Amino acid sequence: MLKFTNDHEWVLIEGDFATIGITQFAQEQLGDLVFVDLPKPSSALQAGGAAAVVESVKAASDVYAPISGEVVEINQRVIDDPTLINSDPAGAGWLFKMTIADRPQLDKLMDEAAYQALMASSQPA
Amino acid sequence: MRETPAPAVLQRTPLHRLHLELNARMVPFAGYEMPVQYSRGILKEHLHVRAAAGLFDISHMGQFAVRARSGHGEDAASALERVVPVNLIGLAVDRQRYALLTNDAGGIRDDLMIANQRDRFLIIANAACKDADEVYLREMLSARCEIERLDDRALLALQGPLAELVLAPLVPQVTAMRFMDVRAVTLLGGDSVISRSGYTGEDGFEISVPAALAEPVARELLADARVEMIGLGARDSLRLEAGLCLYGADLDETTTPVEAALEWSIQASRRKGGSRAGGFPGADIVLDQLERGAPRRRVGLRPDGRAPIRHGMRLFAYRQAPDPIGVVTSGGFGPSVNAPVAMGYVTAAAAASTAPLWAELRGERIPVQLSKLPFVPSTYKR
Repeated sequence: MLKFTNDHEWVLIEGDFATIGITQFAQEQLGDLVFVDLPKPSSALQAGGAAAVVESVKAASDVYAPISGEVVEINQRVIDDPTLINSDPAGAGWLFKMTIADRPQLDKLMDEAAYQALMASSQPA
Repeated sequence: MRETPAPAVLQRTPLHRLHLELNARMVPFAGYEMPVQYSRGILKEHLHVRAAAGLFDISHMGQFAVRARSGHGEDAASALERVVPVNLIGLAVDRQRYALLTNDAGGIRDDLMIANQRDRFLIIANAACKDADEVYLREMLSARCEIERLDDRALLALQGPLAELVLAPLVPQVTAMRFMDVRAVTLLGGDSVISRSGYTGEDGFEISVPAALAEPVARELLADARVEMIGLGARDSLRLEAGLCLYGADLDETTTPVEAALEWSIQASRRKGGSRAGGFPGADIVLDQLERGAPRRRVGLRPDGRAPIRHGMRLFAYRQAPDPIGVVTSGGFGPSVNAPVAMGYVTAAAAASTAPLWAELRGERIPVQLSKLPFVPSTYKR
């Protein structure tokens, strides 16, 4: 199941785990990424709290934890090559995997249709 | 590059339509809508300039012509020497110099290029400062000089190792030009002023043209497959790697030329013992600092690891230090060095030491090495 947040993160739910990344829209807005700071494996994240930082040439941007849970895996490939997030934000550019501490939190996330609507309203006129 | 809040109406340069056609991402900058990048993105644009030739629209910058009312160039030079600590009387025709406009505290109002074109001096000023500069120059120079603001002209920069090869078929005179030469030439039928200089550390040219010719000249240069259009994002990463100051970030009204490590721009004739020592705002302070040093100094900074350090981050002498000994004034990622690079001000003692400093980054302290500037060697045609 694929869900989205207001902050342009995608959340891929597979069984007991959620994989988090930023969307195509987000990577386009950020521009070329030069540095990624990921959470420590086994650290606890709270929904809405800062989980990671992605930095473009010009500025740093926070990535927020969409739900609460424990980080189980981080993507070393994007640490080694942050531009992977630009070239494949929804695939190889995933950021981290976490447990789902509170399944009802998933219902607060947007489905794909709702996210498309959000993006449409975010485009400059 | 600092993005500024958008005023009610942003101005546009003569290349606005071209920027949109090339899919530029436009941002507000110094009251103008300017391209921060095009489709290739900042990293690729930056690397292209160092490998080939990049074309920049810098028409937002100020261009001024200063003429002596007497008709004698030396009178304009002498008048201008009242506002900058530079030897302009000794500046040859068809040459330009980097000049700092100082204030009474020895701080910097703006950094300029001043070119001697025999019957006038041509001044290039920063976009964010040009209105204040105009007021100031008129106040200080009007008795002896006419000041003309050249708002009907555009300014382009062509930078990179292939710049001369690209420009020579259009302007053959460029092959004879050396770094900081200036020539009045005809380009696509219009009066152009070209300097061999820039803001990237690469060989290249800054090209002033009538506004109506900006687009034809840009398109002519872009027709050369070696040339790409480059935005302000890459302009900033290029100048940072070159160790060049950005007014408003590395230079401001509180930074003196000595603190800013720009003593080289003050020629001997304006220093103590020189034939025209002092005679500019803040001279007492600046001349004293030239002799005895300044309490702080601009330095190059290389953080350990991959995380950039950025403007405003505090610098400490040791990891647990309670009080900072400096601050980052420019920082980001250097695509050509493939590492984060920065500049900042630290105490004179820290600047003279080889000990690493510590930067405060998102609440953590990370080690930072002092670095010589530039981070990338310059390739000026001297």
